[in-house]
Amino acid sequence: MIMERNQIISWLKEIFEEIIDEGPVLLSDETTAEDVDGWDSLTNIQLVVSIEKHFNIRFTSEEIIVWKNVGEMIDCIISRKEN
Amino acid sequence: MKWHGITYLSLAGKINFDEQLTQLFITTILNLRSASMTFNELKKNTKKDFSGLKELKLALLGDSSTQLLAQAIRGSGYDKQLNINVFDADYNQVDRLIMNVASELYVRKPDYTVIFESGHKLLQKFNKINVAERVTFAESQFDRIRKLIDVLQSNIKTKVIYFNYAEEDDRVFGNFANKVQSTFIFQQRKLNYMLTEYSVKNAGFHICDISSIQNKLGRDLLFSPSIYVNTESLLSIDALPIVAESIVQMIAANQGQIKKCLILDLDNTIWGGVIGDDGLDNIKIGSLGIGKAFSEFQFWVKKLQQRGIILCICSKNTEFVAKEPFVKHPDMILRLKDFAVFKANWNNKVDNIKNIQQILNIGFDSMVFLDDNPFERDMVRQAIQDITVPELPKDPAEYLEYLYSLNLFETASYSAEDANRTEQYHIKSQIEGALSFFANENAFLKSLNMVSNVQNFNSFSIPRVAQLSQRSNQFNLRTVRYTEEDIKSISDSNRYTTFSFTLEDRYGDNGIICAIILEKLNPKELFIDTWFMSCRVIKRGMEIFVLNTIVNYALKNGYQKLVGEYISTDKNALVKDHFPNLGFNQAGMFWELEISMYQNKKCFINNKEN
Repeated sequence: MIMERNQIISWLKEIFEEIIDEGPVLLSDETTAEDVDGWDSLTNIQLVVSIEKHFNIRFTSEEIIVWKNVGEMIDCIISRKEN
Repeated sequence: MKWHGITYLSLAGKINFDEQLTQLFITTILNLRSASMTFNELKKNTKKDFSGLKELKLALLGDSSTQLLAQAIRGSGYDKQLNINVFDADYNQVDRLIMNVASELYVRKPDYTVIFESGHKLLQKFNKINVAERVTFAESQFDRIRKLIDVLQSNIKTKVIYFNYAEEDDRVFGNFANKVQSTFIFQQRKLNYMLTEYSVKNAGFHICDISSIQNKLGRDLLFSPSIYVNTESLLSIDALPIVAESIVQMIAANQGQIKKCLILDLDNTIWGGVIGDDGLDNIKIGSLGIGKAFSEFQFWVKKLQQRGIILCICSKNTEFVAKEPFVKHPDMILRLKDFAVFKANWNNKVDNIKNIQQILNIGFDSMVFLDDNPFERDMVRQAIQDITVPELPKDPAEYLEYLYSLNLFETASYSAEDANRTEQYHIKSQIEGALSFFANENAFLKSLNMVSNVQNFNSFSIPRVAQLSQRSNQFNLRTVRYTEEDIKSISDSNRYTTFSFTLEDRYGDNGIICAIILEKLNPKELFIDTWFMSCRVIKRGMEIFVLNTIVNYALKNGYQKLVGEYISTDKNALVKDHFPNLGFNQAGMFWELEISMYQNKKCFINNKEN
C-alpha cells in the first residue's frame, strides 16, 4: 500500500498542531525540530505516540531517535505501512 | 506501548489478537473510563486561567523523569479547582534533596511532597546487589525510606505522598518465586506491605497506590518500554492522566473535597427489572445470572454505608411498591434502615434530589447519583451542576468495575463515628418536611427533540402491544390483559380504533411505549378501553400528546364525548388521578370529556411524519 506523501504530511500537520498547541505548523520533508516552536524532547514522545495511534503502526525505540527531519519520519511511516 | 503481541487466555486456548484488534480492545478500555482526561487535554488545562483557585505547593521527586507527570498533575488540579504549583526536581535527586536540609526542597516548603520511586528502578537496584543481600532487600529499602521520611517530617510541615511499587515480576523463578525469599517479587511485595504498615502509624505519610492502579489497568498499559528507553519516563502517555488524577484526588480529599452521599435509583440500578411491573418474585438479585451483579453491587454500597457514606433512594415508583423488596426479598443486602432518605414517588428527580439536599444540608458537590437511565442522568446533570453523575455502562455486569475505575470516594480520614452517620441523618429526614422545587422542566423537555410515530395496530406492532398489555402494571388504567390473538381481532374489528405510539428522543428510539384501544359505544361516544404506557417515558408530556391524538381523531369522525375508566389495582395508584388531571369530569364510575370543550394542550412531542 503506497500512501501519498502529501496526504501523510497533512495528517502530521494536524497531529503536530493538536499536540504542540501553539497555532499553525508548517511542515515539509526538510522541517527539523529546530524549525518548529514547541517541538522538544517532551512533545516529541507525545507526537510519536499519536502518530503510532493514527497510522496504527509501531516504531522501534531507535527509529524515533534517528529521524533527522520530517521527511525521514514519513519514510518510516510509509515503510511500516507497506510491511 | 506494546499492545500487539499481548496474549489473552480463553477457554478455547490461546488467542493472539492482531495489532488492530488489540488497539480496539485498549480503546474500549479507555472509553470506559469516560471521566478521565487525555494527557493532551490536561496539558491544555495548564494554559488556562488559574486565578482565584486554591493555591498549593507540591514538590515532585522521583528516580525517573517526572516532567510529564508534573504537567499532568497541574492540569488535573485545574479540574478540581486547585492551583497546584509543582516543583519538579531533576530526577534521581531524592536522597540529596531530602538529606540536605538546606536544599531547594526545604526552601520551597511544599504543602505536599510526592515521591515517585518506581518498581522498575527498584528492580535495577535489586539486580546490582549480590545474592546474599537479596533476602533482606525489602528491609534495607524500607530503612532507607523511613530515614528519608523522618528527616523530611522533622524539618518541615509537609504531607508526604509516597508511591508504592507496581509489581514487575522478572519471572526468573516463575511461580516458584513465591517460595524463595531472595526473589525480586517476594521482596517487592514485602516492601509494599511494610510501607502500608508504616502508613497506618505515620499520620502524615500517605501511599499513592500505583500497584492498585496497575492491577486495574494492566502493566502493558501503565508502562511503555519504548517511552522509557527514549525519555526515562516510566509511565505511558495514556497512564499519565490516571496516575496524576489519583494524586490530585488524594490532595483534593485532603482539602475537604470528598463525597458524603450516594443517591441511588432502584429499577435496573440496584436490582434487575422493574419492581412495579415485574413484581417481588421476578426482580433479579441473588446468586443467579445477572442477579449476581446486582447483589455484588449492593455489597459494595453497603460497605460504603459502613464507611460513613450517607445512602439515599431517588426512584420513580410508588413508595410502598418500591419498599417491598427491602422488607421482604430474602436476597436483598440493603435494608430500609441503611437509607437516610427514601424518595420513591412520581415527581421529577431534580426536585427529589434538591429535597434530599435540603434535608441532609450538605453540598451538591458532595453527592453522587447513580441511575441506569441516561435521560434521568442528563436531566439531573443539567439542572444540578455540582453533583457527580457517572455514566453507568449499559450492561449491569460492568457497573462495579466501572465504578472502581472512577475512585469516587477518596477520603483523607476515617473514624469509628463515620459508621453511625446514616442513623443521624435518618432522624433528621423524618423531622423535616418535604419541600418541592420547580426545576425548569419545560426547557429541558424541549431540548430532547421528542417525536412519536402514531399508527393503528399492524402486524409489526401487535406482538409488542400484546407484550406491553401483559406486562404494564403501573401506568395502566384498566389493566385488562390481552393476548396477541385478542389484539389481532380487536385491530380487525370495526367496533374499535387502535393507536400505538413510539417515542424517539435525542438519546435514541424507545420503540412502542404506549397503546390505546377506543371502543365505539355509539356514533357520539368513544370509550377508552385500554390506555397503558411504559414507565420509562413518564413525566415527558406523553399523556398529553396521546390525549391530543385521541381528541383529533374524535373530532374528525364526529364524536362528541370521550369516556374513560380507572380500575384500581394494587399497582396502578400512579394513574389514580389520570383522568381528572387531564380535564375529565366524573360521571359516576366513569370519567367524561366533552370534545367541543377540549383545547389541545401544550406538549413537547411532535408527530413523526412517515
